[in-house]
Amino acid sequence: MSELTRLSAAEIARRVQAREVSSVEVTRAHLDRIEAVDGGLNAFLHVDREVALAAAEAVDAEIAAGTVRGPLAGVPVAIKDNVATSDMPTTCASHILDGWRPPYDATVVRRLRDGGLVPLGKTNLDEFAMGGSNENSAFGPVRNPWDASRVSGGSSGGSATATAAGETPLAIGSDTGGSIRQPGAFTGIVGVKPTYGTVSRYGLVAFSSSLDQIGSFGRSVLDAALLHEVIGGHDPNDQTSIDAPLPPVVEAAYAGARGDLAGVRVGVVRELSGEGNQPGVLAAFTDAVRVLTDLGADVVEVDCPSFTYAVPAYYLIAPSEASSNLARFDAMRYGLRIGDDGSHSTDEVMSLTREAGFGPEVKRRIMIGTHALSAGAYDALYGKAQKARTLIVRDFAAAFEYCDVLVSPTVPVTAFPLGERVDDPVAMYLADLCTIPTNLAGNAALSVPCGVSADDGLPVGLQIMAPALADDRAYRVAAAYELARDTSSGTPFAETIPEPAVLETTS
Amino acid sequence: MSDITRSDVAHLARLARLAVTDDELDVFSGQIDAILDTLGRVSDIPDDVPPTSHVAPLTNVLRPDEPAPSLSREAALAGAPEAEEGRFRVPRILGESQ
Repeated sequence: MSELTRLSAAEIARRVQAREVSSVEVTRAHLDRIEAVDGGLNAFLHVDREVALAAAEAVDAEIAAGTVRGPLAGVPVAIKDNVATSDMPTTCASHILDGWRPPYDATVVRRLRDGGLVPLGKTNLDEFAMGGSNENSAFGPVRNPWDASRVSGGSSGGSATATAAGETPLAIGSDTGGSIRQPGAFTGIVGVKPTYGTVSRYGLVAFSSSLDQIGSFGRSVLDAALLHEVIGGHDPNDQTSIDAPLPPVVEAAYAGARGDLAGVRVGVVRELSGEGNQPGVLAAFTDAVRVLTDLGADVVEVDCPSFTYAVPAYYLIAPSEASSNLARFDAMRYGLRIGDDGSHSTDEVMSLTREAGFGPEVKRRIMIGTHALSAGAYDALYGKAQKARTLIVRDFAAAFEYCDVLVSPTVPVTAFPLGERVDDPVAMYLADLCTIPTNLAGNAALSVPCGVSADDGLPVGLQIMAPALADDRAYRVAAAYELARDTSSGTPFAETIPEPAVLETTS
Repeated sequence: MSDITRSDVAHLARLARLAVTDDELDVFSGQIDAILDTLGRVSDIPDDVPPTSHVAPLTNVLRPDEPAPSLSREAALAGAPEAEEGRFRVPRILGESQ
């Protein structure tokens, strides 16, 4: 691995902007890295060397002429393939959109380009972001760089694995029920779900509109914060975009790295931090909480009894919204069309196309959503799920009266073996236990690595949750923890991510 | 307990415009039944709790009604499965007998 692919985004930016190294050299090093390892990992669905190098060259020319577009100018970035890009396909890892090129850039993509970042390509995901293992991709699962026989997590598995494996220093993901934080935890990197409405979703292919949120991945808290500030802020093109200043997340990351959490009240969520976790996960989490205490934080236990409704409420609300959102894939305006041979009506062509174009998990969720919204089931299912949401919002509000942030393990388990849960959707859904409450309440949360599980040597995530529009609190605590973790072990955690074994690739 | 049958799933698939196969009906009816059993826990929640449909602190987001450029016809049709005379071409809407 080239030294350049080990550097943090902050360090790449510093060197490129000081003209110690060119963005072309950095971009080429990452493209070479993708070529070397991605055959085995399958993190990318699309990479265009020429386009990436041309973008890097343009940034170098600007810097040479004295213009630096932003703090991350010259730094490569990978983009989840459910975010619209005008110069690259956007497939949502679904056959129904195979090869589709959007006619416009998502707002976050435009902000990346405006900030001088260099898009490397589009990353793999669970089809339409529905899943927690990346095994629902129509283009094959993503493998975990820590152990290629295990899942990357999902749905932003490609972005997480690409960042962990040094194929990119930064990546964009989307998080509807944990799809940034969970793969971040499984691959040993930082993953952030910002406050709902603070990063524009214009150009994000909609899955569950009341929950979807775009966010950032990095191998350090500061890197994730730097990317967050590039993509965040109000956007009139997104009707759910909040017209308020973005919380000062970069400043908070620097403040946290001063290593003092005196006066910060941290609540351990009892319902998420007990016996339901694997022993190695619980041990790593308990150690992390002890570190927070050592840093001066005031740690208390809090009860959030309604969080036990989060998984059922989520798996009613998200499929209901998905069944409506995915109605747009009607074989008429874009994407696949099957059976248009003169013998089938429009209605039949829609049904044949959707049958051929969607994978099993997407079909299951569309049908569950259709059921939950039907006249006979609406009150008992969708209506009750919305009431559960109220209770979860109230639990958060009560907990945040006493606490600045709440913590839990990000996922109750470590990355599981490929294939283990494919035929058991209920088991798959339970892995989202700790991450879903934040989406339902619309507040902010991130996952920061807290060592490895003694059970299997795989990474564990510490989830830090903050109130809406107080994302900076989570960053401050995460940055303080990260520094203490690395100081105590003597090696930055990112440098302990193993080199992915050269895998046999099957075509 | 939920009691989703094979014919219920066939009905849902028809509503959702999914031409599912017989084999899929067998698999999906078992899985959806098991999933709904798990999700049914929400029925414990008292009826007097108000619902929350979204958490954005926003209502009726408006903007001035000013003309602005939109997608060109060419760009809008670029991804269409079939286009004809500057329009989306669709299969027939009515059945043979209509």
